[in-house]
Amino acid sequence: MLEITNLVKRYGHDEAVLKGLDLKVEGNSVVSIVGASGAGKSTMLRCINRLVEPTSGSIKLNGNELVNLKGAELRRARRKIGMVFQGFNLLDRLTVMENVLAGRLGYVNLYQAISRRYPQADIERAFVLMERVGIAHYANKRADELSGGERQRVGVVRALMQEPDVLLADEPTASLDPRTSEQIMILLQSLASELSLPVLINIHNVAQAKTYTERIVGLRHGKMIFDGLPADFNKDALDAIYGGIEAPDDAITDTPVEERSHDSA
Amino acid sequence: MTPPDAPSTAPRTWKKPPFIANPLLRYGLILVAVVYLVWAFGSLPFNWARISEGLPRAARIFSGGFPPNLERYELLITGFKESFQIAILATLMGVLLSIPFAVMAARNIAPMPIYVIGRAVIIVSRSFHPVIVAILFVAAVGFGPLAGILTLTLYSIGFVGKLLAEEIEEINWGQVEAMKAAGAGYVAILFYAVFPQILPRQVGLSMYQLDSNLRASAVVGIVGAGGIGGTLMNAFGRYDYDFAFAILLIIIAVILLSEGVSGWVRKKIW
Repeated sequence: MLEITNLVKRYGHDEAVLKGLDLKVEGNSVVSIVGASGAGKSTMLRCINRLVEPTSGSIKLNGNELVNLKGAELRRARRKIGMVFQGFNLLDRLTVMENVLAGRLGYVNLYQAISRRYPQADIERAFVLMERVGIAHYANKRADELSGGERQRVGVVRALMQEPDVLLADEPTASLDPRTSEQIMILLQSLASELSLPVLINIHNVAQAKTYTERIVGLRHGKMIFDGLPADFNKDALDAIYGGIEAPDDAITDTPVEERSHDSA
Repeated sequence: MTPPDAPSTAPRTWKKPPFIANPLLRYGLILVAVVYLVWAFGSLPFNWARISEGLPRAARIFSGGFPPNLERYELLITGFKESFQIAILATLMGVLLSIPFAVMAARNIAPMPIYVIGRAVIIVSRSFHPVIVAILFVAAVGFGPLAGILTLTLYSIGFVGKLLAEEIEEINWGQVEAMKAAGAGYVAILFYAVFPQILPRQVGLSMYQLDSNLRASAVVGIVGAGGIGGTLMNAFGRYDYDFAFAILLIIIAVILLSEGVSGWVRKKIW
């Protein structure tokens, strides 16, 4: 169970990005977090595994406080939190297998890591997971030779190699074409139930959030303004979260092009 | 407002805007440069009589050098063998040692005090020309290839370390984040997320450094640090101009060859 209480994050002396956020995720639920760019979705996710340092508040994973951990303790906590990234963040020049096994770096010692002598169980698990998502035949290919969808599958498998207690996905489909991004969403959804793993997904695509997740959390200006079932996520909620975004777009397209060219003549 | 396609009365002209917009500054700078050149040439002690005496001597040296003479090729081979040994050993050690210093000198992965030490090492090893360092090492460890190896190792650390540190500062940080998120430790992150990203650059720099060290090993030999430079110096000292010219030609050939090979390797590895 993941429990966030009164989470605040402020960069320098600017206005806080997160203003006292509370969120509880239990069991194997798939939660999508929606909000405009700059609403604090990514910051919130990164506070959980401390890629971003929270300013104050508490984050508990299965009862263990994460906010004050340091050094080796922090690394031990991080390996229980899998993360999938928008830009995949694969080790481009290494093979798919090395990328997948890198998910075990929190568990193996340095010699095993550098010499690539991973325990038999890890290699077995890697093959099982790669077969599950259909990339096992790429094991010895370089990660940058794969297509976007395949690369994100590598990213997902790498995160699952950590045997995580929670999976964070930071806009996992934003760099993918619509079809592939649907496939990745379906994959995340079914993996969550197969491995009974809670999954938090930052996402821009509201339609996908409604289709593939069972709970939607809406952020705006660092505050949670919606938390409910996809069925309850109506036009009002959408306007409240993205409100005032469409208007400037319209204004730009309304400006006649001819007038501007005359001004500069 | 005039419409853009209105017929104009005079033909329109265009000139490239001057590099320095202010005309006063522009002509001022040209004037300063001319005055300085006139003054510098006027005040330097060129002794035209001696220069005209020197010309025939130069002609004698050049004619003495032709045709180049390879009779004492054993000396040449010994010298080159030593130069190659110096260059290869120095490159190996320099490149290996440059990696830890580059890591220390990369702002994004080194804490502040370590960064300062790393930068300091690189700056010191880059501040002196290899010839000056070679003079110091010859004084410290005596004549011979050891002085040359130490000199060029230091030279390689400075050059490769600096460029590698800059390369580390420009890596794709996402890969480091991903490894952090997996709970990897510092050294594991270096080996998985940092080194693979700088590997092509590292190999390219090593190849470049090898032919640069080969060239430099000829120069440091002149001050007594071993290698073909010493052989060349001796040949000149004995007025053996035809042999000296043979050495020069072979040096050019070897440098050309090593440049070709290193260029080819760098292209392959990318």
